[in-house]
Amino acid sequence: MARIDLVDLAHSYGGNDAPPESFALKPVTMTWRQGGAYALLGPSGCGKTTLLNLISGIITPSRGKIQFDGADVTPRSTRERNIAQVFQFPVIYDTMTVGQNLAFPLKNRGVAKAEIDKRVAEIAHLLDLTPHLNRKATRLTADAKQKISLGRGLVRPDVAAVLFDEPLTVIDPELKWQLRSKLKALHRELDLTMIYVTHDQTEALTFADTVVVMHDGRVVQSGTPAELFEKPAHTFVGYFIGSPGMNIVEAEVKGRQARIGGHVIALNRSYDDLPSNAKIEVGVRPEFVDIAPPAPDLLSANIDRIDDLGRVRFARVHVGDARLAARVPNGFAADGGTAGLKFDPAHVHVYADSILVEGKA
Amino acid sequence: MDKTVNQKAWFLVLPVFVLVAFSAILPLMTVVNYSMQDTFGNNQFFWNGVGWFKELLDPSTDLGGRFLASLGRNLFFSGVILAIEVPLGILVALSMPREGWSVAACLVILALPLLIPWNVVGTIWQIFGRPDIGLLGYTLDKLGFNYNYVANDIDAWATVIVMDVWHWTSLVALLCYAGLKSIPEAYYQAAQIDGASRWAVFKAIQLPKMNRVLLIAVLLRFMDSFMIYTEPFVVTGGGPGNSTTFVSIELVKIALGQFDLGKAAALSLVYNLIIIIVCWVFYTVMTNAGAERRPNQGVA
Repeated sequence: MARIDLVDLAHSYGGNDAPPESFALKPVTMTWRQGGAYALLGPSGCGKTTLLNLISGIITPSRGKIQFDGADVTPRSTRERNIAQVFQFPVIYDTMTVGQNLAFPLKNRGVAKAEIDKRVAEIAHLLDLTPHLNRKATRLTADAKQKISLGRGLVRPDVAAVLFDEPLTVIDPELKWQLRSKLKALHRELDLTMIYVTHDQTEALTFADTVVVMHDGRVVQSGTPAELFEKPAHTFVGYFIGSPGMNIVEAEVKGRQARIGGHVIALNRSYDDLPSNAKIEVGVRPEFVDIAPPAPDLLSANIDRIDDLGRVRFARVHVGDARLAARVPNGFAADGGTAGLKFDPAHVHVYADSILVEGKA
Repeated sequence: MDKTVNQKAWFLVLPVFVLVAFSAILPLMTVVNYSMQDTFGNNQFFWNGVGWFKELLDPSTDLGGRFLASLGRNLFFSGVILAIEVPLGILVALSMPREGWSVAACLVILALPLLIPWNVVGTIWQIFGRPDIGLLGYTLDKLGFNYNYVANDIDAWATVIVMDVWHWTSLVALLCYAGLKSIPEAYYQAAQIDGASRWAVFKAIQLPKMNRVLLIAVLLRFMDSFMIYTEPFVVTGGGPGNSTTFVSIELVKIALGQFDLGKAAALSLVYNLIIIIVCWVFYTVMTNAGAERRPNQGVA
């Protein structure tokens, strides 16, 4: 159990001399607090697994340091770091029974037999593996095998952290839900630091209390699900999280006004010193744009189609070349192909070169 | 729906049947035929029933004595080379590099002995071991060892065994290496996370995953070493005395040396039967050991 600090950590598979833009993980400094449930979210190839393997010590960083509770562990091996990791595909020791599989990490560390038995029984109970304890592990289904892998990750009570690398990929959707809730419950019960890598936002948002979003080797934002939703720090977070993703439109911003294709939208904050040669965009979640009958004071848009998601309906529209999504209020009937868009100024954010700009009040 | 009866399909099987008959069944039946008869040349044959077989299995007769003695030597030889080549092959495979240019280099070097024809291997070792001009024999001689594979039983055996190990350990190593390569990286990473020692990794991951290729390696090495002929024939000619005369050497002596076709045919049938039985036992034992772990093969 430990607080994990990453200090200027970076990694390149091409060695330290590789050009900085090719690094699989660009320099990052951040802290993972003891007992937190973290999700590391991002598309495939964004550096999530690299970051995870750096923390567990499977790979050694090209630059920077990793500290557990302030102590530098960068040169230490995986074994010395005392970390647990569960992989994407189940890893089972073929010759062993389920119980022996669960006991393996403890046995390797010379834990007393009575203690091992107690701990294995406990974890088997938590994961519903008790009836299988004496069976050969290879006889089980893929999801039971993955449960064993999870169990081996959780069986040591003193680990610095448990890392999950997309552990539910091979599991059926129905069971996925169950196992995720189980992991969440285990997190509360065992007081372990857990880091959960996934590219599925639902998985990340339901599991974690802090979501760390990665994009192209960089950590672009880390925050609670609500923060990520309401105030994305990067346009990538805006459209990667939320369904449909955030509307991002190029605009001219001056003071408290944003101009999109000649139409002026009011902003809640004032943006005066935006960098002059940056690409300026405004972002607003579809949930905070309402579609209305065309009116002179609204941004006019052409409706492409209306998606009915059950609880809500979203209209897909375009303004010039820009495509947007907007909420369709109850009782709205599309009248012809055009409509007006009503923005909620409190939720319109301004981005310079994809990065959120905090305006002045 | 009625099935249409069409017996023409049998014609399609006919070519295979004829081919197998000419290449396997008829020659085998000729041997069975010979094994029941005696001949003194001139293509004259006399019926002998199961006489040769009785004699073959009776150690008090000349034929039985020679057969059983050479069979014992052969089983001992196969046992020794399996006991050396299998662990050594695993060890070589484990210590081979896993990536980089050195992989190709290792594979080529390992494959070299496998490419050399048997009689050439025999000749190489025959010269290599000579005390007058052979590097090995000369060196041992100068070091004070009285090494002479022509005169000394133990030296002859050591030479034949070391030669076989030199020739065939590569095969076991290459098979094991292929087995090791198929283990996903995640297994090693998980073992690292679980704090497994090198020995635990071998026992829990590598050995079970090599199970299948090891079965193949053991079967191939057993069959091949049990049928060994050329190399010891070239190096020691079966001597000194009869000490390195294996079953196949005995068989050739009887069939071509003495032209006792009946005895030789009976011997080869029994020889064949032994190989089939031993292979069947190996296969059953090793697949059962695997099946205990993996009953639903193919289901994955």
